[in-house]
Amino acid sequence: MNRFIGFLKKEFYHIFRDKRSMLILFGMPIVQIMLFGYVINTDLKDVKMAVLDHSKDEYTAEIINKITSSGYFQINNNLKSIEQADAIFRKGDVKLILVFEPDFGKKLVKDSKAIVQILTDASDPNTASLEVSYLQGILQNYNVEINQDNLLPSSIQANSRMYFNANLESVFMFIPGIMATILMLVSAMMTSISIAREKELGTMEILLVSPLNPLQIILGKVAPYLALSFINALVIVGMGYFVFGVPVLGSFTLLMAESVLFIFLALSIGIFISTVAKNQQVAMMLSMFVLMLPTIILSGFIFPIRNMPVPLQVISYIIPPKYFIVILKNIMLKGVGFEYVWKESLILLAMTFGFIGLSLKKFKIRLQ
Amino acid sequence: MNAGISIENLSKRYGSVQALKHINLDINSGELFGLIGPDGAGKTTLFRLLATLLLPDKGGARMGDIDIVGDYKQIRNLLGYMPGKFSLYQDLSVIENLEFFATVFDTRIEDNMDMIHDIWVQIEPFKDRLAGNLSGGMKQKLALCCALIHQPKVLLLDEPTTGVDAVSRSEFWQMLKSLKSKGITIVVATPYMDEANLCERVALIKDGEILQVNTPQEIVDQFERKLYAIKSDDNYQCLLDLREFEFTNSVFLFGQTLHYTDVRKEFSLEEVNSYLKSKGHLNLEIEHVKPGIEDCFMALSTKADGYE
Repeated sequence: MNRFIGFLKKEFYHIFRDKRSMLILFGMPIVQIMLFGYVINTDLKDVKMAVLDHSKDEYTAEIINKITSSGYFQINNNLKSIEQADAIFRKGDVKLILVFEPDFGKKLVKDSKAIVQILTDASDPNTASLEVSYLQGILQNYNVEINQDNLLPSSIQANSRMYFNANLESVFMFIPGIMATILMLVSAMMTSISIAREKELGTMEILLVSPLNPLQIILGKVAPYLALSFINALVIVGMGYFVFGVPVLGSFTLLMAESVLFIFLALSIGIFISTVAKNQQVAMMLSMFVLMLPTIILSGFIFPIRNMPVPLQVISYIIPPKYFIVILKNIMLKGVGFEYVWKESLILLAMTFGFIGLSLKKFKIRLQ
Repeated sequence: MNAGISIENLSKRYGSVQALKHINLDINSGELFGLIGPDGAGKTTLFRLLATLLLPDKGGARMGDIDIVGDYKQIRNLLGYMPGKFSLYQDLSVIENLEFFATVFDTRIEDNMDMIHDIWVQIEPFKDRLAGNLSGGMKQKLALCCALIHQPKVLLLDEPTTGVDAVSRSEFWQMLKSLKSKGITIVVATPYMDEANLCERVALIKDGEILQVNTPQEIVDQFERKLYAIKSDDNYQCLLDLREFEFTNSVFLFGQTLHYTDVRKEFSLEEVNSYLKSKGHLNLEIEHVKPGIEDCFMALSTKADGYE
């Protein structure tokens, strides 16, 4: 036991004396949350748009009023003719143009039918379609409003409500993703680097010659990162809750238990990488390419998995963070209990045992 | 306890390179033994095999009665090993390094002070300095302290004095001598031939083979030819010219001079002198010198290579 405590002490010295480790451990989570929470924001807000009003009557005025008061759009240009549209898109001043046909109001009253046209700058296709659907939504609402008195005999009204994220805030999506990324990074990359460093500096040779057994060496290496990763998990959930209002609707204990499970998995991947990597650089590259990129791109963190080509979808099934993100979203946003996440938890557990088994098999009690 | 080392028919191969070829060697308990050979001779491989870090392809070795393959765990308890590369934690202070290795072996610094006292007093003034900021000599002393903290019976030192200044080197050897008086078997690998004289017995090793095992004195005594040191203005050209000379047995650069032996037992130095003069070397100093270990090593290794 003494041996183990001595080993732990040494590991903490390594971590606290290395500015780089400290930065990755404690700077990275905060910076990432701030970045994703504030900067990378896919929510619509004050989208600049223009109006080309050929009609200029009370109806168009009312519609324009509804649009500006929604908060999603900001009208900063009134066009005189359709010819201006091209130029104004090219300049990039506006993303969206709403065109009312001539005699819009009159037609609406007389024929019960009037036409608007929405023009959009689709050089950024995702945002463009999002903007169009928001604008259509406003028009639709108005449509319902003016038909309130004379209900059409057969019309379908769509009343939508966004469950689990009523305001469609993207930070709700990012917090689970960031949590998976950070825990993966801290646990897997840092452990693999720290073991690889011992190999590189030749101290592994001395550790191997000492009476320490492989299990003690590995446990001594992972225990500090288990503790630090757990603190990180608390910081991320805490920041999400207090700074961005991301709720934890389900059991907090269950959330933390699942996090510890995921940390264990990440640590076992880290150990596995270190048994393969000869030096710190290789360990770092392997962690980056094998862990970081898939975690960010293929886990469903940012890009929806169902939109990916089939081969990538297949790969996504072996990406551990995918399951962890599902678990996190279920617990935090849907507030469900273990009975809804046991399948994912089981997969993570199986992966953990798989990697520990592989590592123990590959960890050498000798140099070769 | 008997802490001698007996190596039998030990072979190790890395891919296509035969690093050790059927090594047989007996090192007595409590001996200060030198393993002398150039880089790439197989010294480190032999040490790693003895330290249970590598498995032999053929043959085996025992320390006392303990087998290095089967009972490697016991070996690891009684062994002190200092790898060639400085391998302590650079970001830990001197005292933290020592404390770490003490706890790893489940012991305390105080309990082993008698063992390391003489070395420890020299590095104690720097005990709070990070190991990475120590001088080369200090690092080696610290590494030696760490290797000794668990009172090993056998100490393996792989090139402990490489990259260390001359003063620290001689201090280091003084320490080894005093350690020997405590009954530890010490095996030192070194590429420096002059350090061979400080050992009780040495093994000359080259290309994975042991050329000879003997006391330094006897190795020198075996040198049968007369050895001359030749000094000229252009040593390199002189070396090339002597290689062309018909009576040359061996000639190689030795510091500032050339060491020359002749194939004939009896000959006149004048002959060599005039040959070199004819080649344009006018400013010559030739004197008879006593052979050192290095001369013997060169003689033995050229013999082993099969050309004379």
